[in-house]
Amino acid sequence: MTSRPPRISRTGKSLIGFTYMLFIVLLLVPLLQIVFGAGKQGMGSFTQSLLRPEALHAMWMTFSVVVVVTLLNTFFGILTAIVIVRGDWLGRRVRQLMNSIIDLPFAVSPVIGGFMIVLLLGPHTVLGAFLAKVGMPVVYAFPGMVLATLFVTFPLMVREVVPVLQEIGTQQEEAASLLGAYSWTTFWKVTWPSIRWGVTYGVVLTIARSLGEFGAVLVVSGNIINKTQTMTTLVYQDVDNFNIAAANSVSLVLAVGSVTLLLLMEWAKKRKGVQADAH
Amino acid sequence: MHIEVRDLNKWFGQYHAVRNVNFSIEPGQLIGLLGPSGGGKTSVLRMLAGLERPDSGEIRFYDKVVNDVPPQERGIGFVFQHYALFKHMTVFDNIAFGLTIQKWPKDRIRARVAELLELTGLSGIEKRYPHQLSGGQRQRVAFARALAPEPQLLLLDEPFAAIDAKIRKELRSWLKSLIDRVGITSIFVTHDQDEAIEVADEIMIIQQGSVEQKGTPWDIYKTPQTPFVAEFIGESTILTNVHTLKGFDSTSAWPNSKALIRPEYIEVGRVGELRLASASERGIVKALHFRGSEWLVEVAVGELTLKTYRTLENPVLQIGEEVQVLVHRIYLFNEDDHWVMENPLKEDPMPVHI
Repeated sequence: MTSRPPRISRTGKSLIGFTYMLFIVLLLVPLLQIVFGAGKQGMGSFTQSLLRPEALHAMWMTFSVVVVVTLLNTFFGILTAIVIVRGDWLGRRVRQLMNSIIDLPFAVSPVIGGFMIVLLLGPHTVLGAFLAKVGMPVVYAFPGMVLATLFVTFPLMVREVVPVLQEIGTQQEEAASLLGAYSWTTFWKVTWPSIRWGVTYGVVLTIARSLGEFGAVLVVSGNIINKTQTMTTLVYQDVDNFNIAAANSVSLVLAVGSVTLLLLMEWAKKRKGVQADAH
Repeated sequence: MHIEVRDLNKWFGQYHAVRNVNFSIEPGQLIGLLGPSGGGKTSVLRMLAGLERPDSGEIRFYDKVVNDVPPQERGIGFVFQHYALFKHMTVFDNIAFGLTIQKWPKDRIRARVAELLELTGLSGIEKRYPHQLSGGQRQRVAFARALAPEPQLLLLDEPFAAIDAKIRKELRSWLKSLIDRVGITSIFVTHDQDEAIEVADEIMIIQQGSVEQKGTPWDIYKTPQTPFVAEFIGESTILTNVHTLKGFDSTSAWPNSKALIRPEYIEVGRVGELRLASASERGIVKALHFRGSEWLVEVAVGELTLKTYRTLENPVLQIGEEVQVLVHRIYLFNEDDHWVMENPLKEDPMPVHI
C-alpha cells in the first residue's frame, strides 16, 4: 500500500506552527529554564540546596507518600473496578452511581479535597481528636497527606482498569471456573494477565500525580518543615522566601522524575496497545 | 451422565426466561437445543453448567441434586460461543489449563494434551497464541480444552455460530464423529435447524422458555406436536381456506383451523406429467426461484399460493404456464388440536390418465 502525505492548507500549516510554538513556550522553555537555572548556580550550590536537612526530609516525605499512595491506590483501584464491572450482587443502579462518583476528584479542586479532610478529621473534630488521642493524628501528619493524595489519585487506576475489564468480558473467567479454577486462581491466571498493562499505566499515572500533588497536601499537611513538608510544598516555601536557587534545584529533581515517568508512560501505553491488538 | 431436569424456572428481573422446563437425557446422547434467539436455550445450558442459579426446580446428575454444586465441581466441559480462549496463553497452555488446576503431574499433562491435539487435528500449532489461529482452529482448541479434564458432560453454546458457512459444515460432521468417538453425553444450543437435524441424536425445541417438543429429528419433522414446531422445522406455508383445494374439502368442517403445507408435500408438473391426475389441481406458475440444486416454484391455485420444489431433471417451467399440482398431505391445526391429513383422492382405485 502506498500512502501519499496529505496536502496541508496554509491555515493548517500556520495552526500547526502555532501549536508547536505553544508547546515550546509552555512546556519546553520552562523546563530548560529550570535545567539552566540549576546549572548556572553551579554544581556546588545545587547539591548544597538539595542536601539541606529540610530538602532531604521533603524528598523522603514525597517518596513515602508516593509509595504508600501507589500501593493503596493500586489495591483499592483494582478492587473498585472489579466491583463496578463484575459486582452483580450490588445491583446495576448502585454500580452506576459508584461509577459516576469515582470521577468526583476530577471535578473537585484538590484544595477543596484537602479541606474536606480537615473538616472531617481535623484536630477539632470528634473523630480527629479521638484519633489523635490514640496516637494516630491524621491532619497535619503523614496519614492525612496520604489520604489527601489518595483522594486526588483515586480515579486514575479505576478509569484504567474498568474499560479493560468490560472489554475482556466474563466468558474467559467462566471458562476457567468450569475447568475447576476458583476465584483467586481465576483472577491470577486469567484476569490479571489481561489487565496488567492497564494497571501498569494506572500505576505510572498515580506516581506522576502524587509526585506533583500540591493543593490538597498543602492544606492537610500544614507544610511543617522537617515534619510534613513535601518537595512541592518546599518549592512553594523556597519561592516564598525568595530562595530561587534552592527552589530551582528541588524543581529540577521533580522535573527529572516527571520526564522519566513520561517515558515509562509511553512504554506502558505501547504494551497496552500491543495487548489490545492481540485479541 | 444421566441428566434429569424438573420444573426448572429462571427469571431475569421481570422476564420469565425459562418456564417449567422438564426433560431427561440418557448417557451418551447428543442433544440439540433448538429454538429462536432469546428463547431461553442458553439460560438452560448455563444453569446446567452452574453459571446461573435456577429460581426454582431441580437439576439432577446421576440422580443427585446439583443445584448447589458450584461450576468448579460439576465436572462439565463447556464450549462458549466465542470460544473464550485464554488469549495470553498458548494453545498448549489453554488445553492444559484444567489439568494444571487439578494438579496433574507434568508428564501426564503433556501426554493428555498431545492426545487431544492429535484427536482435534491441531498437532504442530501448540505453541501458537489464539490470535494466530483461524476461526475453525480456535473452535477446535476450545473443544480440546473442554475435553481435557475428561468431563462427564459436554455443553456447547452455539458452537458454530461464529464460523463461516463452508467450514461450519465440515466442523459439524467432525464434531459429531468426535463426540461419537469420545462417547460423552453432550448438549448443544443452536438456532439453526439444519445444524440440529444434522448433528443431534435428539432435538429439544425451546420457545419462550418452554420445551415444545423433544424427539429424534425425524420424529419432529414427521409428527410435530405443536404448530410452532411444525412451522419452525423445515420450510412451510400457512394457509387458511384450504378447503378449496381438491381433496381437502372436508376441512371446511373445522372453520377455525389453519393448514401448514411443506414444499415437499406438493408435486408440480406440466399437464400430463403427473400420474395421479384425478387427485391434482390446475394451477398457474407465479414465480420461479433457482435454489442451486432445484427450483422453488410458486404456483397459484385458485386464491391460494403454494410453494414447492422441482428437480433440475424435469423440464424447466415458465412463468404463467398452466401446471398440475398434487398436494399429498397437509398439517392442520387450531387452538385445541393438530393432525396430519393425507390427500384421500390419492387412494382413488381407478386413476384416469390423460
